[in-house]
Amino acid sequence: MKLTRLLLVIVVSLAAISLLVVFCGGPQQPSDGRSVLNRALSTEPESLDPQKGRSVQAADVLRDIGEGLVAYSASGELIAAAAASWDISTDGLLYTFHMRPEAHWSNGDPVTAQDFVFGMQRLVDPATAAFYAAELGNVVNATAIVAGDMPTTELGVEAVDDRTLLVSLLRPTPYLLSLLTHPSTFPVHRGSFEQHGDAFARAGNLLSNGAYVLVEWSPGSIIELDRNPHYWNNQNTSIHVVRHHVVTQEMAELNRYRAGELHTTSTVPPDNFAQIKAEYADQLHIAPTLGVYYYGFNLTRPPFKDNPVLRQALSMAIDREVLVEKITGRGEEAAYSWVPPGINNYEPPQLSYADLSQDERNALAQSLYKEAGYGEDKPLQFELRYNTSDTQRRIALAVQSMWREVLGAEAKLVNVEFQVLLDQMREREATEVFRSSWFGDYNDANTFLAIMQSDSAANMPAYANDNYDTLMASASEQLDLDRRRLYLEEAERDLLADHAVIPLYFYVSKHLVSPEVRGWEDNILNYHYSQYLSLDATE
Amino acid sequence: MLRYTLRRLLGAVPTLLLVIVLAFLLVHAAPGGPFDDQRVLPAEIEANIAAAYHLDEPLYQQFLRYLGGVVRGDFGPSYSYRDHTVSELIGRSFPVSLRLGVLAMLLASTIGILAGIVAALRQNSPLDKVVMGLAMTGISIPVFVIAPVLVLFFAVKLQWLPASWTGSQGSSRLLLPVVSLALPQIAYVARLTRASLIDVLSSDFIRTARAQGLGTAAIIRYHALKPAMLPVLSYMGPAVAAILTGSVVVEQIFGIPGVGQLFVRGSLNRDYTLVLGVVIFYASLIVALNLIVDLLYGAIDPRIRRR
Repeated sequence: MKLTRLLLVIVVSLAAISLLVVFCGGPQQPSDGRSVLNRALSTEPESLDPQKGRSVQAADVLRDIGEGLVAYSASGELIAAAAASWDISTDGLLYTFHMRPEAHWSNGDPVTAQDFVFGMQRLVDPATAAFYAAELGNVVNATAIVAGDMPTTELGVEAVDDRTLLVSLLRPTPYLLSLLTHPSTFPVHRGSFEQHGDAFARAGNLLSNGAYVLVEWSPGSIIELDRNPHYWNNQNTSIHVVRHHVVTQEMAELNRYRAGELHTTSTVPPDNFAQIKAEYADQLHIAPTLGVYYYGFNLTRPPFKDNPVLRQALSMAIDREVLVEKITGRGEEAAYSWVPPGINNYEPPQLSYADLSQDERNALAQSLYKEAGYGEDKPLQFELRYNTSDTQRRIALAVQSMWREVLGAEAKLVNVEFQVLLDQMREREATEVFRSSWFGDYNDANTFLAIMQSDSAANMPAYANDNYDTLMASASEQLDLDRRRLYLEEAERDLLADHAVIPLYFYVSKHLVSPEVRGWEDNILNYHYSQYLSLDATE
Repeated sequence: MLRYTLRRLLGAVPTLLLVIVLAFLLVHAAPGGPFDDQRVLPAEIEANIAAAYHLDEPLYQQFLRYLGGVVRGDFGPSYSYRDHTVSELIGRSFPVSLRLGVLAMLLASTIGILAGIVAALRQNSPLDKVVMGLAMTGISIPVFVIAPVLVLFFAVKLQWLPASWTGSQGSSRLLLPVVSLALPQIAYVARLTRASLIDVLSSDFIRTARAQGLGTAAIIRYHALKPAMLPVLSYMGPAVAAILTGSVVVEQIFGIPGVGQLFVRGSLNRDYTLVLGVVIFYASLIVALNLIVDLLYGAIDPRIRRR
């Protein structure tokens, strides 16, 4: 009886299944003789709707299928894009963009100033629920619109005519042009949006004003793009088809690269880094980037609340050179400042002890530790929280042993899932010391320093220093870039002196780039537009 | 018959309801929310997002809303794929998982049974030892080791096969994933077949058949194989289910757009609707298959209908 039943289950399943097997799938059309670039994405974009995307990966793809008023060159310099030129008023509060007359959507319609107004209004519209809605916070009325207190039409972005766009600001924003390279400020074709509603961003519906058009998105696998023949700079674009492969596993990515299925990788696995370095010396690209890895203190609770001396002792006892050489080991740079080096018009001040040797630092750390009231008879005990991952664990273990050896402090390692850690960092109840990181959105020190203002939602340690806030506010009023820079640097000096965070290292971008690929330039933003790349025909 | 069908269909409703309630409570009980990120959002933006996805409503209201959607066949929008609905995501990925799973099971049963027969017939010979040794290896090595090794050898070194799903457009891309999935199953099936066949071959009716002068081939084919397959078949049932749901690792290594990776992404990102959708989908699948089987039972055996 039982067997007959089982047999029936199997027969029925197989019958149902074979029908599906027969009717599903089948090879896709190969792209005949046209150049195909195969790139890797380490995480799948959550959306290709320019206003709804959030991740770095979504932005990477969106920069291929859309274009802002301003863009970056292959080397990371700001260049004119959908806007051919712009004027800035003397008070720095009004930007006038002159649209490029030859810019067209992928259906042939001209790209107008109204399309940009529509896109930006959509960004701040509460109904869109855009993650990057605060991107335009300095634009007149943006914040009130996001809060639902004003209609979107009140946004300080105005189309004077098809070719002229005005952006009115509340305060000078020297990094406005950088913000306008972000996909959240990309234009939206109103006709297409009205026709398809929220489905306007799907393959087949999405109109592109960039170099490529979205052809297919197969979730969990691939995003395929094809050339946009109406793109204004199409004659200078080389590659015909761009395939963004979703590759979540680093080893699998390396294997695919080795098998010739990928032209570029999104990263390089840590385990065999030395071997890769030897084997692919000419194909490995390591470059500084806008990211800092840090340990934060929960400043709202003891023992770290109001205790900068203790915080400094912990910060000094960490040998960062050992971390970057022995633990992370992929070219990362030891961090002695909060803002990474290499950022536009900024020279990060250094932690006070940056010039000392590690031995000198340790000696000083020990005396600070004692000064804070701890010692052999009364060792400091606390929890170090990090998200479950091999790299995080190795770093935490190393730091734990440094604290133990130098100070005799006992850090208990607690690992939790990433979403749980985020939750705990925000609640500030379970956390004492936690691992986190910050990646800049644009090439300006403000993207790092603004999050440490007392009212910033991303201020995980709950750092609150009136002087810091005042300096940041003064910086934001400055028209003169040199004076603004002085305020910003002064603010960072405050932050570093307070030891609210322990910057450990600065991230680097790590890519393998096939010798076939031409036009790849390392840059601090780690942006690599497909339109600047070409494939060597001899390969 | 119709009454029986209706009764069974009604009987499935509480089961599914229970699955939905439990799954709903469990995903919402997990710490962290679907839109949490290192890049913490200003409060107004969080409020807008919560409102857009009705996350600001009390839990019971969210549940009723969700249930209402499910009844209408709408599993809601995915949170981690904002341009896609859950139904659409599952609809696209299930056929892929299915194709992979079915091919792997077909491969596993064919090779496994043949290897098991060979080993049983040459019991304790070197051939038997080799086959069983390989089977033991197949069981012991996890798929996350087998798959990269296969890739390294066949895709990187020999360059015969694509290293990933997107590495080729043709059906050659199926080969390595299917083999990776099938290998451990081949091993199990071979061991089961061997053990059970040896058992059957030593029974009285086989000895009688031999005494009557039947050759080995005929004995295996007409008398021994059917009873020997019973334990194998009982194993295959759950194995099919496991292979359909459990190919997460293979899907990730080869970049296959199947259901497994949707589930993983959904769980990691607290994509409530996606996780719930996948759970409900599988639960319904199992309920539906059971129902169909029971109906066929009824058609074959009138006693069940009368009950």
